[in-house]
Amino acid sequence: MSRRTSQDAIPDTREERASYLNAGQGLGSWLLTHDHKRIALLYLISITFFFAVAGCAAALIRADLLTPEADLLSNEGYNRAFSLHGIIMVWFFLIPSIPNVFGNFLIPLMIGARDVAFPRLNLASWYIFMAGGLLTLAIVVMGGVDTGWTFYTPYSSTYSNAYVIGALAAVFISGFSSILTGLNFIVTVHKCRAPGMTWGRLPLFVWSHYATSVIFVLATPVLSITLLLVALERIFGVGIFDPALGGDPLLFQHLFWFYSHPAVYIMVLPAMGVVTELITAAAHKRVFGYWFIAGSSIAIAVIGFLVWGHHMFVAGQSPYASAVFSFLSIVVAVPSAIKVYNWTATLHKGEILLDGPFLFALAFIGLFVVGGLTGLMLAMLAIDVHVHDTYFVVAHFHYIMVGGTVSAFFGALHYWWPKITGRLHSDLWSRVSAILIFGGFNMTFFPQFLLGYEGMPRRYHVYDPSFQVLNVMSSVGASILGLGYLLPLTYLLWSLRYGKPAGPNPWGATGLEWSVASPPPKHNFETIPLVATGPYRYPLEADAPDEGEGEKEAERV
Amino acid sequence: MSPSIELWPPMASEYAGRVDLLIASFGALVALLSAPVFILMAFFAVRYRRGRRADRSHREDRNVWVEVSWSLIPFVLVLGFFVWSTKMFLDQRSPPENALTLTVVAKQWMWKFQHPEGAREIDELHVPAGRPVRLTMTSQDVIHSLYVPALRIKQDVLPDTYSQLWFIADRPGVYALRCAEYCGTDHSEMIGRFIVQRPEDYARWLARSGTDEGLAERGGKLFVKLGCSGCHGPASPVRAPSLAGLYGSVVPLEGGRVVRADEQYLHDSIMLPNKDVAAGYKPIMPPFGNLIGEEEVSQLVAWIKSQADAGRAQP
Repeated sequence: MSRRTSQDAIPDTREERASYLNAGQGLGSWLLTHDHKRIALLYLISITFFFAVAGCAAALIRADLLTPEADLLSNEGYNRAFSLHGIIMVWFFLIPSIPNVFGNFLIPLMIGARDVAFPRLNLASWYIFMAGGLLTLAIVVMGGVDTGWTFYTPYSSTYSNAYVIGALAAVFISGFSSILTGLNFIVTVHKCRAPGMTWGRLPLFVWSHYATSVIFVLATPVLSITLLLVALERIFGVGIFDPALGGDPLLFQHLFWFYSHPAVYIMVLPAMGVVTELITAAAHKRVFGYWFIAGSSIAIAVIGFLVWGHHMFVAGQSPYASAVFSFLSIVVAVPSAIKVYNWTATLHKGEILLDGPFLFALAFIGLFVVGGLTGLMLAMLAIDVHVHDTYFVVAHFHYIMVGGTVSAFFGALHYWWPKITGRLHSDLWSRVSAILIFGGFNMTFFPQFLLGYEGMPRRYHVYDPSFQVLNVMSSVGASILGLGYLLPLTYLLWSLRYGKPAGPNPWGATGLEWSVASPPPKHNFETIPLVATGPYRYPLEADAPDEGEGEKEAERV
Repeated sequence: MSPSIELWPPMASEYAGRVDLLIASFGALVALLSAPVFILMAFFAVRYRRGRRADRSHREDRNVWVEVSWSLIPFVLVLGFFVWSTKMFLDQRSPPENALTLTVVAKQWMWKFQHPEGAREIDELHVPAGRPVRLTMTSQDVIHSLYVPALRIKQDVLPDTYSQLWFIADRPGVYALRCAEYCGTDHSEMIGRFIVQRPEDYARWLARSGTDEGLAERGGKLFVKLGCSGCHGPASPVRAPSLAGLYGSVVPLEGGRVVRADEQYLHDSIMLPNKDVAAGYKPIMPPFGNLIGEEEVSQLVAWIKSQADAGRAQP
């Protein structure tokens, strides 16, 4: 039923013109849907659930670290809490968050397609994701795993007594979901663009997801194979990573980071795409330097594959290799810097609306800049030797992944919520929660930079009493942050029932997704739009037909 | 350790001060590079907010020269720090010849240190101030990492691999020593004290806690006890390579390769003798990996090293 491409006939029954939310009722119509928008909602609900689970683990960790002694959790319990937190946050929230929810929902709408290229595969990838996620939860119920999300050998392959095999299997399974989603997006962007939607007219959100998809497809198989090798060693005693069996423990770290560093860009590239959309929409101004931003996404995806060794400066790799990786890590910062400077320039002479989504975008930029620049510090060899594996690193990657990606996720949720649900949410409350999240986040994680420089190693359950003051600050900040994350849940759900109808384009934004009704009809476009101009043609009213036709297709829905 | 808040970690070496200088200077640079972003964003958000009258003529949406310059100038500035930091790092990887060499064995969840004079300690490391010290480190089980924040250095400690760390601690005092690589249940309790003493105090400490037996001598006794001398000894009926003069020499291997007999080679030849078989000998030596621990290996290695210049192996 949804094997529709842009060439298919216009759906002409009244039922098919109804919004995607009303087209079909009952659980079956959701669980068997091929509609990219409904699949996006399935992802939204499931990743919100996993975010809550991993957030509870974070709350346990922060509560435990209020005191230097082991009082709330045992050593073993603490190790399992942070492992669970990391594994679920990374693979079951951060990696799928923006691509699988907003990428799925928006890419077809943004490029003028009726669905992704492979709708059934899209649904299959959700089921695979859920299988991995539920297996992880089963492991938690059985007693958990204590290897950290990094599964370093030979601890994971030989020494740990926890359910390592189950956790490896869960991550292994979820990897296929990533690969299939990446493949789907690549083919969709290549083959399903509306007539006239050239590469130079793609919204930058699509460019960043295209770059992300390339990483999905190229990096994830390496992780899958690596985890399989750990399992082989653990079950059959094949010597791959454990030196006692003739293996090499550093080989694991090379393979793991060959995936996991690009995985950081899987988490942050889609967020950058979101922020680009949010900034131009709020500024009502054409983005500054379209090709530099688009190109920098691709550059990040490519160079991101060449920097994995910066996780191993003190691991025992050759010092000359470390020097090369240090240099390349500085190079990879350049495209990120380009984006930040271009966002700033986009605001120049704009007509800036200081609404909730814009504040989330600002929060992203502020936190991402701090995270990125401390990353540059970590790329410096002599600094890294001191702060590697300390709370400095913990703070750094939380600024990128949580400060950056989660803020962008919330920004996207607030910006496209009227499109997804057809309802407006409270602008006042969305601004309050953006400010609360930004403040709570800084209070949680800034003290951790100091803790790290003072020498508190990460994954420390019992710590020196001199670290207590900063740890308490961090835990207090975490409670504010938790509140900031809970708040949107209330007013967004409230808006579902009481929010005003949004209309097709509540922000007055450009982009094909705003040309259809909110919520969009089941098949997105009655007529496949004919695209004649590039994105971000502001101001909307004065759409000068400087490139031939008007801004979009003749008829709006 | 005082329970009060400490905003800067103590320093035990001159090198630590150089790391602090590097991070402070680099911190100033990144603050300089990011300040325009923060200031301009706030300024634009106020000045150009919707509904406010402002000059919005001549809006630009591209300017290649501006973009190229804000890509390249920060990059070049950061490269200066790359050179500075990489030089410090590479210096920190090359210990001087005259360094005092201590052996470190890490195991879940303790640190064991052996001094060449024979003193052994657990979770405490005494070193003389002002003298280069080299640690030769290996792990009995998983990966650990020896971290002394007051020196601003750490190095991962891997099983079956010798890694090294060197420093000159020049400020006597008691500092923290921690495991920085997650190593299982009691990782956060794998901590110890790093004690820098004036040379005369260190000598006194050595005399008090040392035995009359040095590391190499202990290795020599093990050499006999484990039966190594049965094959590697002078009048042995079994044909095995002599170990005198071995350390530091170039050893031809079966299959045509050659290898320099360093500590790692000696270690592997004891634990996994079939890995590199010396040319002309049969692979008949049993692996000792399951029989002895890393501490014993380090004693044997110390003994073989002590025979580097001797004539014939005679423990």
